[in-house]
Amino acid sequence: MIYDILIAPFAEFAFMRRALVGTFALALGAGPVGVFLMLRRMSLVGDAMAHAILPGAAIGFLLSGLSLFAMTAGGLIAGFVIALGAGVVARATELKEDASLAAFFLISLAVGVTIVSLKGNNVDLLHFLFGTVLALDDPTLLLIAGITTISLALLALIYRPLVLECVDPGFLRSVSRAGAPAHIAFLALVVMNLVGGFHALGTLLAVGIMMLPAVIARFWARDITAMILIAVVSGAISGYAGLLVSFHAGAPSGPAIILVAGALYAASVLFGRTGGLVRQLFPGRHLEA
Amino acid sequence: MLKRIALIFLLVAMTTPAGAQDKLKVVATFSILADLVRNVGGERVAVTALVGANGDAHVYQPSPADAKSLSDARLVFANGLGFEGWITRLVKASGTRAPTVVASTGVKPRRAEDGHGHADPHAWQSVANVKLYVANIRDALAASDPAGKGAYEANAAAYLARLDVLDAEVKAAIERIPSDRRKVITTHDAFGYFAAAYGVAFVAPQGVSTESEVSAKDVARIITQIRKQKIPAVFLENVTDERLLQRIGAESGARVGGALYSDALTDEKGSAPTYLDMMRHNVKQLSMALTS
Repeated sequence: MIYDILIAPFAEFAFMRRALVGTFALALGAGPVGVFLMLRRMSLVGDAMAHAILPGAAIGFLLSGLSLFAMTAGGLIAGFVIALGAGVVARATELKEDASLAAFFLISLAVGVTIVSLKGNNVDLLHFLFGTVLALDDPTLLLIAGITTISLALLALIYRPLVLECVDPGFLRSVSRAGAPAHIAFLALVVMNLVGGFHALGTLLAVGIMMLPAVIARFWARDITAMILIAVVSGAISGYAGLLVSFHAGAPSGPAIILVAGALYAASVLFGRTGGLVRQLFPGRHLEA
Repeated sequence: MLKRIALIFLLVAMTTPAGAQDKLKVVATFSILADLVRNVGGERVAVTALVGANGDAHVYQPSPADAKSLSDARLVFANGLGFEGWITRLVKASGTRAPTVVASTGVKPRRAEDGHGHADPHAWQSVANVKLYVANIRDALAASDPAGKGAYEANAAAYLARLDVLDAEVKAAIERIPSDRRKVITTHDAFGYFAAAYGVAFVAPQGVSTESEVSAKDVARIITQIRKQKIPAVFLENVTDERLLQRIGAESGARVGGALYSDALTDEKGSAPTYLDMMRHNVKQLSMALTS
């Protein structure tokens, strides 16, 4: 009975196993990136970047069809251009980075839609672009796994400056010049993970598996290592449970995964160990000697 | 002899308008219908398709240029049967005085198997229905442009003859497939009329429209179904996600066939630039995947 509900779908169908592997890889790569985005108060930057990737991938699709390489390359290029462009404008002018990012991603979104319409082909691009997690083929899985691997290695490399910059950017600047390169490498990680995620989940939901687990983790841990671990685990749980919901209840799979993460988030807001509502209303008795 | 030459001249003079300005401007909602109207209208009619080659009419977004071609048009041809839910609003918004001609008038509608009891609009997948379309188009054109009545009737008669040939070809090709192998699975159940007319079963992983997103449950059900019923082939379509179908094919052991065209023609370079080509292409793909 329990076997039928929890394990049989994956034992019986290869597409379910692939979807599971894909979401696990995404959770592993995007979780830590999400935690750093959150700690640096850049939670909404992920959303903006995801919008910026969409037209790049759309152009890739129009140039060479449903080619994994073209869509990935287009998405990466668009993402990097937007990230760097917004950064340059923010440093060179009076505009703040969030404002210039907003301007950049809106422009690139409009450019993408215009190119699609000029091409005169209204095949449901969104249907192609919002890749479905149920249709992961070998190259796509390898791409996602590769992105996760690179992303973990790169994170290990820039971990110290990243953590320092979250906690005390002024101190980091006074002792090291690693801040700026680390920031750029980090933005590259955000773009890469979003491009990997959009093949499986689509641009909007790729942000979901990046940010929701990070926000969940914030309610359970204060220390950054624990936060990253909890983010990865809750991302993986969301993927597993979401696929099961989609399998048994017939809900579309991408949204189901993010909805499970949303439910975990709601539970964390209520019962979270650090700063959850219930904890705040009914604090445990102080231990007295 | 002289009399016959004179007659030919007269016919040519009748069918060839003086210039493009004199052509009867009409709008058809999608590429297949536009092709039919072109065949009946011939030289006398300039046809604009709102949803062009390779377009998906289910997710059509009207542009101002479309509204302009509508307001210039003398006639608007629509498929009907709920295929273009947007057409009445668009016609009203464009302010055109052109009457809308429902090409599928007289077709016996099939209920779609989506549980909602909507009519299945893809009636053109049966050649017998297209003959009704052609008759409706001929009558509408003749009513709107009485001077061309003879030409429209001649064109329609010639095209109907070609449709009869096509119909016989399709039936013969399906005959050659062993009857227990006449089953395929495709992304979009647009082939209900084809199935009813020619006796090939089409199983679809999605509902009647391309709008709904598939769930893991749907995909699992399809794979189980293919394995159980031993469906020999799975087909892609030119308007939906082919990666999903390839996954289903790989996992169920069914052969993945080439593209079947259902809602839209391809452009000139494609393998289905006209309705006749489209039907021949589909039948060829079906027999290739199912016979061996």
